[in-house]
Amino acid sequence: MAQFESLIAANKRNSIILVLLFILFITALGALLGWAIWGDPRAAIPSIVLALVISLISALIGYYVGPSAVLAMSGARKISRDDDPQLYNIVDELRLASGLPMPELYVMDTPAMNAFATGRDPEHASVVVTSGLRERLGRDELQGVLAHELSHVRNFDIRFMTLMAVLVGVVVLMADIGMRAIFYGGGRGRSRSSGSGGGVLMLVVILLAIVLAIIAPLFATLIQLATSRQREFLADASAARMTRYPEGLARALEALAADTHEMGEASRATSHMFIVKPLMANGRRTGGESGSIWSSHPPIEERIARLRAIGNVEG
Amino acid sequence: MIGQASGGVALIVFLGLGAIIVIVALWFVVTYNGLVRLRNAVKNAWSQIDVQLKRRYDLIPNLVETVKGYAGHEKTTLERVVQARQAGIAATTVKDQAAAENMITGALRQLFALSEAYPNLKANENFLALQEELSSTENKISFSRQYYNDTVQTFNTRQEMFPANLVASMLGFQPAEFFEIELAAEREAPKVKF
Repeated sequence: MAQFESLIAANKRNSIILVLLFILFITALGALLGWAIWGDPRAAIPSIVLALVISLISALIGYYVGPSAVLAMSGARKISRDDDPQLYNIVDELRLASGLPMPELYVMDTPAMNAFATGRDPEHASVVVTSGLRERLGRDELQGVLAHELSHVRNFDIRFMTLMAVLVGVVVLMADIGMRAIFYGGGRGRSRSSGSGGGVLMLVVILLAIVLAIIAPLFATLIQLATSRQREFLADASAARMTRYPEGLARALEALAADTHEMGEASRATSHMFIVKPLMANGRRTGGESGSIWSSHPPIEERIARLRAIGNVEG
Repeated sequence: MIGQASGGVALIVFLGLGAIIVIVALWFVVTYNGLVRLRNAVKNAWSQIDVQLKRRYDLIPNLVETVKGYAGHEKTTLERVVQARQAGIAATTVKDQAAAENMITGALRQLFALSEAYPNLKANENFLALQEELSSTENKISFSRQYYNDTVQTFNTRQEMFPANLVASMLGFQPAEFFEIELAAEREAPKVKF
């Protein structure tokens, strides 16, 4: 019990630190770009405000429109209790274990084994499983997978990852606007007229802004991926706590890792949302190499090992 | 000069004290509301268990009827299930109820084990659906007990920790009781295989 709690607490702490880091980063980027574009340190403040306002607006859009767009894109169909009583029961059991309302259930018709959850909060949550997963896993393994998805719901991960995606989008947008403004507008006008002493400082500021605008999107993406990996570990740990049976999810992950069915290009945009990365047409999992900093998911083997470690401690 | 200065100091002290009182009052309100919310969560978690127990009572007569059609001569096993259900419904104390619930679980397990010997029964769709419903309800009972205990733990920990314990003891909050029957077994594997 204590082990689950400390694991969950540590993951939450890491996530908060990452978000704070992100906001700080956007603020710094906004300030430097503003200074470089208008050639005046005072322009930093309106730039920061602009950056934060853009972030807020896109966050709100992602919050309300995102989940239904993702569901529509996946082509999943909604199922009721009568369509699949057992699947419905498993979810009903787990939501009782975690004190959540019953989410909506969807099935995606594909032989590939996978699952994801979406929705802005537990009251508006949907859990999606592929028909391949439904058919080829036993009850205990299904329970593990669904507990992982419900943990994403309970931990507000969907909202959290939407926020991260928006923050990355804003950084990319800012870097793009900044580069254009510096190259087409920054050279002429105020920056040149501010005297020779200011000229050197301005040159440094502009160079710094350009370097930052180039590395910012990469850096932002890396933070997003690191966060995503954290949340996957967190959902695994929460699932173990929910079912008190880590072995179910561990066995399910083994089966998912061995699955050779492709999900295809349709799942590329949403690949980070799935319990394991979908397999692409070339037979590789989407995104970077497993275990690298470019991957949205931790290596499956490590997730299984961590689950088994919890199981051993708990007896 | 001196009078003015001491007047200024008095004002600062006065404002400072006022601010502290407001902060303490706000903290008191927030802490109290948090404790009430948790106490209600504990009550709600307990009522969730009752919902599942009732669901099991409702399912059992259907099951008994279905099994009778195929294995009507297995009277003792069927009667044990019916009796256990009656005992559960009639129970007035938590202890009696817990004993009756264990009896139901045992009797059902025996009934499902016995059904292995009747291929026609095992192929009956109605029976299979009832089997899934009952084993799921069994899981739901364990899981809602588990959630009840989780909630009790959160509530009790909150009450015991400083400084919330000051508010809790002042306003007479009592620690909630854990549901302890067969806890060790449930934690090991919260699922029932019939």
